[in-house]
Amino acid sequence: MPLQSPIHLTINGMAHAVDAPATTLLVDVLRDTLALTGTHIGCDTSQCGACNVLVDGVAVKSCTMLAGQADGRAITTIEGLGQADALHPMQAAFRAVHGLQCGFCTPGMVIAGIEMVRKHGHDLSHELIAHELEGNLCRCTGYINIIKAIAAGAKAMETADA
Amino acid sequence: MHDMGLLKPASLADAVAAFASGGEAAFIAGGHTLLPAIKSRLRMPETLVDLSAVPGLDAITNDGARLWVGAMATHAAVAAGAGAIPALAALAGQIGDPQVRNRGTLGGVVANNDPAADYPAAVLALEGQMVTDRATYAADDFFQGMFATALADGEIITRIGFAVPQAAAYAKFRNPASRYAIVGIFAARHAGGHRVAVTGAGPGVLRWTAAEAALDAGASLAGVTLDSADLNTDIHASAEYRAHLAGVMLAQAVSQL
Repeated sequence: MPLQSPIHLTINGMAHAVDAPATTLLVDVLRDTLALTGTHIGCDTSQCGACNVLVDGVAVKSCTMLAGQADGRAITTIEGLGQADALHPMQAAFRAVHGLQCGFCTPGMVIAGIEMVRKHGHDLSHELIAHELEGNLCRCTGYINIIKAIAAGAKAMETADA
Repeated sequence: MHDMGLLKPASLADAVAAFASGGEAAFIAGGHTLLPAIKSRLRMPETLVDLSAVPGLDAITNDGARLWVGAMATHAAVAAGAGAIPALAALAGQIGDPQVRNRGTLGGVVANNDPAADYPAAVLALEGQMVTDRATYAADDFFQGMFATALADGEIITRIGFAVPQAAAYAKFRNPASRYAIVGIFAARHAGGHRVAVTGAGPGVLRWTAAEAALDAGASLAGVTLDSADLNTDIHASAEYRAHLAGVMLAQAVSQL
């Protein structure tokens, strides 16, 4: 019953046996143990959403989940969505619509946008997106273009799925 | 964070045994209150007992009289699955933010009994029954003030039964940053009368009996006030402000009954 190292995580499609205490925060395993530094730590208090990742397809704040709680689960980080020459449609939309300024919050925003498609489909109103973004903070105050990017990315994901 | 052990029992009996296995232990459900408390060293348990592998704790069922929600049901699951009591589903959908709602659980909130949490108001107004590994508690006996409940050390809530009301509504004035209730009013009309619960305003969730009596009598709520002497003053709001807000939120909730 005690959860011992290694912790078994499938990250971006690859199985990992992580040698870290089970009570390490998931975000610290991603960044420090696995060097997946695209997942950011903004507040460390589950407010800002910069650390959002998908756990079994559902968006969670990885600063508020223990690695041991994720044992046996499949995790998708920003690195697992696309490649530099083949961006995920949501990433491509953020670039095309200029949905970022400094970029610090962007990985969490992209994950949040993908979560919105999972819950609400591909046709997202700006009002709905603004409401669903209540767990993501952008300190460049770039929300308008973020909302536009998520709306465009959601539509593009429908085409990509087809 | 400090060094801790993590146990992941696969049955309720093993979870109870794990809690008692030595040292200071804490159950962890979604962890969205406990982990921040551990980070800030408000809590320093030696062992965490993760309840996520215990089967059968997240079901939502309706037996006609009561909607039973498993203690490990997330806020997102209640928002989507508590359609038999729309006000309860709506309340769950207002907790925290989407990512928090994907992890936080009903049982975790009720066991913690934060004086500004949303769920205790619904539990109290909907005549909630807390079923644990060893007992069943009525809401009126369960909540015992700030972060205090009838639960014994190591006792685990397994499910909570909400009486399905004729009508109910929750009106919340929330802190825009934390989204906890500065004041939240859950009003419900049952066959036997009204119940009105107040969260956020005082040291713990409380029933507003004067409002219940006025609603039962069909009387005006204009003269019904909460005594600010019993309410909280903090950086967010004074006791007098909370008392005023309670009246405003009561009117909003009652207008939806």
